[in-house]
Parts: sequence; structure tokens; C-alpha cells
Amino acid sequence: MPSSPSGRPDYWTANLRYLAILLTIWFLASFGCGILFADALNEFRFPGTGFKAGFWFAQQGSIYVFLVLIFVYVGLMNRLDRAHGVEEE
Amino acid sequence: MNVQAWTFTLVALSFALYIGVAVWSRASSTRDFYVAGKGVPPLANGMATAADWMSAASFISMAGLIAFLGYDGSVYLMGWTGGYVLLALLLAPYLRKFGRYTVPDFVGDRYYSRTARVVAVVCAIFISFTYVAGQMRGVGIVFSRFLEVPIWLGVVIGMGIVFFYAVLGGMKGITYTQVAQYCVLIFAYMVPAIFLSILITGNPVPQLGLGGADLVSGEYLLDRLDGLHEQLGFAAYTDGSKSTLDVFAITAALMVGTAGLPHVIIRFYTVPRVRDARISAGWALLFIAILYTTAPAVAVFARTNLLNTVSERSYETVPEWFTTWENTELIAFEDHNGDGLIQYVGPDAVDDSGQPVQNELTIDRDIMVLANPEIAGLPGWVVGLVAAGGLAAALSTAAGLLLVVSSAISHDLLKGVFRPGISERGELMWARVSAAFAVVLAGYLGINPPGFVAQVVAFAFGLAAASFFPAIILGIFSRRMNREGAIAGMISGIAFTAAYIIYFNYVNPGANTPDNWFLGISPEGIGFVGMLINFAVSVTVSRFSSPPPEEVGRLVENIRVPKGSGPAHEVSA
Repeated sequence: MPSSPSGRPDYWTANLRYLAILLTIWFLASFGCGILFADALNEFRFPGTGFKAGFWFAQQGSIYVFLVLIFVYVGLMNRLDRAHGVEEE
Repeated sequence: MNVQAWTFTLVALSFALYIGVAVWSRASSTRDFYVAGKGVPPLANGMATAADWMSAASFISMAGLIAFLGYDGSVYLMGWTGGYVLLALLLAPYLRKFGRYTVPDFVGDRYYSRTARVVAVVCAIFISFTYVAGQMRGVGIVFSRFLEVPIWLGVVIGMGIVFFYAVLGGMKGITYTQVAQYCVLIFAYMVPAIFLSILITGNPVPQLGLGGADLVSGEYLLDRLDGLHEQLGFAAYTDGSKSTLDVFAITAALMVGTAGLPHVIIRFYTVPRVRDARISAGWALLFIAILYTTAPAVAVFARTNLLNTVSERSYETVPEWFTTWENTELIAFEDHNGDGLIQYVGPDAVDDSGQPVQNELTIDRDIMVLANPEIAGLPGWVVGLVAAGGLAAALSTAAGLLLVVSSAISHDLLKGVFRPGISERGELMWARVSAAFAVVLAGYLGINPPGFVAQVVAFAFGLAAASFFPAIILGIFSRRMNREGAIAGMISGIAFTAAYIIYFNYVNPGANTPDNWFLGISPEGIGFVGMLINFAVSVTVSRFSSPPPEEVGRLVENIRVPKGSGPAHEVSA
């Protein structure tokens, strides 16, 4: 194992903050809208479609949210890596 | 050309393609064999990961399951995609930075323990074998239905193909073959879905057709299906009947299980850099999402078509596909009231005078995707295409799993535990021998499946969720986590999950009802509880035992930053 640059507290804290925010959205879109609040959301329909909102989140929406989250994470981390000078060559 | 000729041609063409790709990209070193020389571009890696991940279960069974479960089927859709967010954010970049070959490598080094490594190897082998047996079975079913050869012959042909490119090509061959297989399987899945969507709703995009209106009645498709369900005594399609807590637990177990499966994790070792590992997970999910957002649409189209086609129809006039599937015993009709009509009804069905009506039709859920093109009367080449797609899905997953088994035996057990001084050539030879051995054993299990393949697959997810996931997460995010905590956590998580599943499925199957379950959580979802137990035990035990040595602290610091990942660490390090 090559020895590591020890102690990059700012980098790691910023990383953890991104994770907390993104995982909260992850939880709300799937477990929240798709499961826990699905019945309440099913009272509401997307206009012009047959989708009840809770059902849509469970079978379509949550997957789209997951995708967006990963690409946002990639963008945020690449920027963070550069800001702290820890990016790869 | 008839359906069988089309199927034969398309399957043969796709096999020729896979073999060609494998020959072009064969492996020459252990690095090539285990992790494709770490030179796979992220987009190709994402596509290969998607093919690796989407098995016969995703391609053949999932839409059928959803068609029969309605809203409850959402657990599979969210569970098998949401795990990629966890992978991308919590695991992939750090494991790539760590930069060895296998999951037991990480567990063994991070927890400075041979015991932890062996526990991890045993879990990896068990999880992979249960999976691979299911894939081989899927290959057998497709062969026997569409090419009318016996299941055993189908499995042997499938084994031969996988043997050829997994043993010869290793991870490098498998990766590029999987890229080809992804293209075949997604094309095969989308063509009938788009056809059906146009036929039923007039909208060529299945994801939108799902929310569209039925061309015949002008009613929204989902409303119409809910109405049909109510009329026939099934639970409303968009509502479901599982308890909210159970849906929550199953979804969580599948998500976390996905992020803990060794054949998925190993994928992120194959890319050149840490930032490629992050984006690979994104590409993988994009390619998976194309199929996973189409599946619920296919489910609704299939369910509507099925109800319209068979309900109250005279048995004398059923279409040809009905009799073909009857011959494979996957559809069965029993005329209880002797009226010659098919009553296909749910548990709450009553007739005009309020008397209960008995259901007369049993349909295996696994046939919906395969039978769908025929039910909708699509041309023969579409039916053949679906068969080739199902085979692509099964073979690509089987190959990825076999590689995990082979690397677990040759790298983790032989080199890691028994013969650390083995040469690279020797290790590569052993990797090929164990891959060959694994193919034969998997084929045997495919021909003589243990009666519980479906349950065992759920078992594999539960075990992965309750064992690897917490150990890896804590290994990255907690510097304080030590050997004692991780081993105690893995063992208690696995023991609890396995005991619960074994008790309800084999010891006392009569008690397998929601009333007897712990908090109403089914054995499918219990891996979630096992994971929580693992976390709790790990943290508690680690607080009461000595902290890890200083070099482990440095290892953790090192994997947290991308810089310096470079090429792989030497095998002999």
C-alpha cells in the first residue's frame, strides 16, 4: 500500500454532506413517495395521463430520480476532487 | 419462415456473435482474467454491468411477476435499481481506489484477518452458485419451449457456450461479450414492447403508453385494468395487498442486497480510474433503467391482453399459443363448473346471485414475457428475437457469476489462504480449472434444480444484504471499525437471516403467514432486519475491543481520496 496523504478533513466533510443530501432525496423518492406516502399521493393524478402519483413514483419516477442522483453525484465529486487537488491524472 | 425457424436462426446468429467477440478479446494474464486488465472504458463497463446484472429473472420473469402482483411488484423495480445509487455513492469509488481483485480481498485486508476473508469467500461462493443455477434453468426453459429440445440438452448447449468464453476469455472476454449481449437483449425486449404499446395505446413509447388511454374504449389503461380486476375479484392493480412495512423491508433488502452482490461489485474494479467507477454505475443504471421502466408497461399490456383473451372464452376456441404452453404444463385449465368456458377470477369473485366463483385457470407467471408476442399476434421473428434475448440475459449473468466463483477459489482461497507463493501462470491455470469446474456444477444444478431455486435467489439477496454490505460500508466510513466487530456483525447478520428464512420455508412452512412473521415482515424482506442487526452488533462489539492497527487507518485514509489510484496494485503486494 502506498502511504496516503493523511488528513483531508474538508474534502471528506464535503463528501459526507453531498452523500447526506443525495441519499435523503433517494429515500424520499423511493421509500417516501413510492411506499410510505403512496396511498396519499394516489389521490392525485398527473393531468392528461392515467398515472396516480404514488403508483407512478413506485414503478417509474423513483428510477428516473435514481439516475439523476448518480449523474449529479459524479458532477459534484469531480468538481470537489479538482477543488482539493485530489483528482487523478 | 415459421416461428421455430426464426428462433433457430436468431439464436444461432447471436451465439456466433458471442463466440467471435470472445476470440477477439481473450485474456493473457491474471489481471486480464479477473478484472480485464482494468482497461475497460466506463460506457462499455456500464453496458456490461447492465447485462451482467439483468438475468433471466429480469428479462423473463419480472414483467410477469409485476403483471400478477400489480403495485406490489414495485418492490422489484425500486429494489433492483435503487441499489445502484448506494453502489455509486457508497461503494464503487472506494473499492476501485483500494484496487485489488475481489470482495474477499477487501474484507481480508481491511479487517487484517484470514477468518474474515474466509467468511467472505464462503458467502461469495454460496451467493453466486444459487444465482447461476437459476440462470442455467432459464436457458433450459427457453431451449425446450422454442427449439423443442429437452431441457437437459438446452442446458448442455448453454454450458458449452459459457464454458468457451468464460474459461478462455476471463473477465476481458466476458466484458466484451456482455456488451454484445446487452445490445441483443435490450433490442429483443423493446421491439415487442413498442409493438404492443402502439397496438394498445397508439403511443410508441411504452413508458408513456402505460399512462395512456386504451384505443378501443378511450378509457385510461390503468383505470380499465383496475376495473377489470374489480369485476373479476382480484385486488385493484394499482393498489396491491402487501403491508406497507413488508413492501418497505423487501425493497430495502433488494436494494442493499444489490449493492452487496459480489458479481456486481467486482465490475467496478475493472475500470481505469476512480472517477470512471462513479460514472460506470451511472451508465449501468441508465442501461438497466431502459428495461426496468419498460417492464411495468409490458406487465400492464400483458395483463390486459390476457384478461381480454381468456376470460369467459370457450375452451374449444382458445388460440394456438394457449395449447402450446399447455403442453409445457405452464398453463392449466380445469373446468370446475363444466360450462366449457374459462373462468379466470380472483379470490373475491362472485356471480350475479352473489355466489362465489371458482377460478379454473392456472398460469405460470414466468411465461408472460415469452408468450406476450404470441398473445398479441406479433410476427414470428419477434417471438424468435425474444428467445434470443432471454438467452443473452441468462448467459451473460451466468458468465459473470462463474468468474466470481473461479476467482474466489483460485485467488482468495488458493493464493490467499493455502498457497500464497503460487506463480501468476499457476494462478491463471487454476482460475481456468475452477471456472470449468463451476460451469459443470452449475449445469448439473440447472438440469437437476433443487426444488427451491426461486426461494434461494431471495435468500442470496438477504445474505448479501446482511453480510457484505455493512462490513464494506463500515470498512470505508468508520476508521474505528475493527476485525472483531466486522466478523461478529457478519456472522450474526447471516445467522439471523438464514435462520428466519430456513424456519419459514423448510422447518415450519405451515406457519409462513403474515400473522406469524416478525413485525409482519416476510422472509423475502428479512435481510433488511439482518442488515440492521449486523450494523448494531458490529458497532457495539468494536467499541468493546481494541482499535484496528495503524496501517489499517492509513488504508482507510488512502481509499477515501481518488488521487494515486494509478494502475492496479501488484498481485504480490
